[in-house]
Amino acid sequence: MNELLDLYWTFARIGAVTFGGGYAMLPILERELVDKRHWTTMDDLRDYFSIGQCTPGIIALNVSTFIGEKRRGVRGALAATVGFLTFPIIIILLIALFLTNFAQLEIVQHAFAGIRVCVCVLILQAVLRLWKKSVVDPFTLGLYLAVFALNAFSGLVLPFKIPTAVLVILAGAVGVLVSGRKNRGARKEGEGK
Amino acid sequence: MNILTLMYEFFKTGLFSVGGGLATLPFLYEMSDRYPDWFSHADIADMIAISESTPGAIGINMSTYAGFRVAGIPGGILASLALAAPSVIIILIIARFLAKFRQNSLVEGAFYGLRPASIAMITAAGLNVAKVALVDLNAYAASGNLGDLFVWKALILAVLIFVGQKKLKWSPVIFIALSAVAGILFKF
Repeated sequence: MNELLDLYWTFARIGAVTFGGGYAMLPILERELVDKRHWTTMDDLRDYFSIGQCTPGIIALNVSTFIGEKRRGVRGALAATVGFLTFPIIIILLIALFLTNFAQLEIVQHAFAGIRVCVCVLILQAVLRLWKKSVVDPFTLGLYLAVFALNAFSGLVLPFKIPTAVLVILAGAVGVLVSGRKNRGARKEGEGK
Repeated sequence: MNILTLMYEFFKTGLFSVGGGLATLPFLYEMSDRYPDWFSHADIADMIAISESTPGAIGINMSTYAGFRVAGIPGGILASLALAAPSVIIILIIARFLAKFRQNSLVEGAFYGLRPASIAMITAAGLNVAKVALVDLNAYAASGNLGDLFVWKALILAVLIFVGQKKLKWSPVIFIALSAVAGILFKF
């Protein structure tokens, strides 16, 4: 029981100081979980992150679930995950309560118009950061361009907009097909020699 | 009923958004198109700003905020839990089979396709925010002058932030605060 509370509170504290999403979380996790508490190793943490990056859901949450599960099974996973969610939910609810009264003010609207510009840049930078690991060859570049075009413009050209979920499933399927053919090609080449 | 629809939508978002919080954006735009009374495209841009300047994963912040907009405090909590549920279930299964999962070439192949797709969708989401923040279609339609299409002070601010972040490596929170001040001072 004590360890469950410990898991909950540790991840609640981590959730309270993690700004900017999963990628900003790694150094904090390293300090809290590897150096201070020895709950996991740096290698395991990297693996959790790389799996979290390619499975559905929020990366930081996936990592919390992984470490909770490793410590105390399913109950540990739930304690860590709910812990991680606690402060972000409370803080956003407070802001939402507060902002409904102020969102109409002219000064607030000017501030948000300025902030939106910053958000464009932050998204662009996130794309640039992820680019290297994701767009690695002509096939992945083509897939990037195709999905971008379909996601951004399919509603303009076609009578309907292709749902995002359909694009995700198609991209995964195409990835399996193309990498499978590549692997077979590589094996044949190896046999030829 | 409304809350059930909300939870279903966010559960679906959690299930299909691969690659972190920003990957939830295209789903939010879809939701906004389907349920216009929930939140608008401009609201989504504001949500991103709020998410970037508060702790926690961006996707969670978005679901809490959107859920609150739709159904108050219970909406905020339930939407967040609904968003988290699929990934918790999937990670619990994966944790049991971790060794096998890593070596599975089918899974590897799927990720080979999913990674570029996920950043393509983040790019499209960025374009949606840019349409609200950097471009003024109404002014362009009114004057027909191409120079009126772009909000020049916004473009200048964008370049300054981009260069500033590269050189200074400050937290995004600081740049968001500075952009808010610039927006107020120069009446964006």
